[in-house]
Amino acid sequence: MSEGYKISDFVRIRNQRIFHGNKQVFSSEKPTQGFLKESYKFLNISYPKFHKMDALCKLGILATEVLFKNREIPADTALVFSNSASSLESDKQHRILMEATVSPAVFVYTLPNIVLGEISIKYKLQSENAFFISNRFDARLLTDYSEILLDSLKASAVVCGWIEWKNAEYDVFLCLISKEGRLSFSEENLEELYHFENE
Amino acid sequence: MKKMYLLDDAIISPLGFSVSDNLTAIRNKVSGLKFHENMRFGSGGFYAGIIEKEILNQPFSKIGTPENFTKLEKMMLLAVHEILSKNPDLDRSTTSLIISTTKGNIDLLQENKGFPEKRVYLAELGKVIKDFFRFKSEPILVSNACVSGGLAIAIAKRFISAGKFEQSIIVGGDLVSDFVASGFQSFQALSDSPCKPFSKNRNGISLGEAASALLVSSEKRINTNNISLIGDASSNDASHISAPSRTAVGLYKSIQNALKEAQITSEDIQYVSAHGTATVFNDEMEAIALNRAGLEAVPVNSFKGYYGHTLGASALLESILTKHSLLNNELYPSLNFDKIGVSKPLNLIKNFESIPLKYALKTASGFGGCNLAMVFKKEEDE
Repeated sequence: MSEGYKISDFVRIRNQRIFHGNKQVFSSEKPTQGFLKESYKFLNISYPKFHKMDALCKLGILATEVLFKNREIPADTALVFSNSASSLESDKQHRILMEATVSPAVFVYTLPNIVLGEISIKYKLQSENAFFISNRFDARLLTDYSEILLDSLKASAVVCGWIEWKNAEYDVFLCLISKEGRLSFSEENLEELYHFENE
Repeated sequence: MKKMYLLDDAIISPLGFSVSDNLTAIRNKVSGLKFHENMRFGSGGFYAGIIEKEILNQPFSKIGTPENFTKLEKMMLLAVHEILSKNPDLDRSTTSLIISTTKGNIDLLQENKGFPEKRVYLAELGKVIKDFFRFKSEPILVSNACVSGGLAIAIAKRFISAGKFEQSIIVGGDLVSDFVASGFQSFQALSDSPCKPFSKNRNGISLGEAASALLVSSEKRINTNNISLIGDASSNDASHISAPSRTAVGLYKSIQNALKEAQITSEDIQYVSAHGTATVFNDEMEAIALNRAGLEAVPVNSFKGYYGHTLGASALLESILTKHSLLNNELYPSLNFDKIGVSKPLNLIKNFESIPLKYALKTASGFGGCNLAMVFKKEEDE
């Protein structure tokens, strides 16, 4: 059944660069926070909430902005994300604040699935969400689960992939899976795209 | 499409380390919530359901060295051990392991207690459980706020229905940590008394810790009644990251989709195991969703008055209790409920009741706007 599904589009954010498909669309020499801010400006996003988010959520908004641009995204587009560090960077921040005054604005980001919520709010997706934790990019898990959601009509499209923010490093790879496009949605293709090193 | 049956289960909680001890406490309206001193709170402490370390180490020492494992690991390992000891012939090469937790070993961030730094990573928790029991495949670890434990059951069903594996052990667990308590306190979301779900004077959650485990399979047990998961759906509210939707859109949609998949209507539902955290906004949102779905007259309870909110364990723990409700034809009281405190009518279970049951609905909601609904059915032995 899976032959019907395609990797319609994909986005990568790593090493201070944003790639849409295989094309580099933005780069900046700034460290993480500066890079996020410049990317926001470059993508011409006007969404003040962005500035309150932790870096994991900012990365999610930037990546989906690239992925969803000039596209009709159905409200039942499922989000199936994964990483290895969960929300550890925000956890560490909350841990520091525990010595002084704890802030709800930081604590709320101490869950990995908050990025799914932020994306759902921005793009009005009332859909299936799942956040998986795995040591490394698990193409099989993402492929299997996304296919099941599509086959069982729980979703008409899926955004799946990896979104990591760990020790001030970031690594994002998100794919839009639907019936549109030419590249088959398979474990092998997903694996290859994730590991592909852009020049 | 293959069905999924809920077979053996285990609960490690302040109410006891066996499911029967937990059910006995519930029938007798015994709560695990107690006052715990903590200088972080102006009142000198907070109400929570906490497992005493010494009580945990005693049974754990029969299966492992207590010093080598964190508190949460010991709870979760004991829960899985209970399932495996009831199923010595279980084929671990065709059994997947699904883990649900929100914060895992987060207490190690505060004090690492001699454990390596990486132990705080959730994936390490998965590895510890996998290695302890020598499971073959990599565990599937889901961390989706307070719906995690229920979502783990739904994920198991989805994989089993698709023929990806035959059976699965689902284990969920979370701790009462200073990390989480301080965070909920900053939201002013903690109750100053044992939490009172759906009640007029409710003013927040009580935290709790527990581990629970469940064996699910595509094969049902013979010569006995079986409980199956026949419908499941989740939906994001797309409205706010920390506040429930005022129209209950995500939960309502989840309930509708779960009923649709189950091919039954709300009129068939005889019992609802609600999330019922006892915050003002959550319980109100649930009341709206249940009314919109036509479930206002159906007996409903929240188990939070017994356990507190056990986060990533809660929806799994409460699904296990729902399973026993169906099997035993028993409705368990919604502890600490006094007077209805939501704007829409609900039929809260006040006293223990024996009544024939076939269909039940389990719901859960959480931070990030996530919601989940599951429909369980009892299949009578023919």
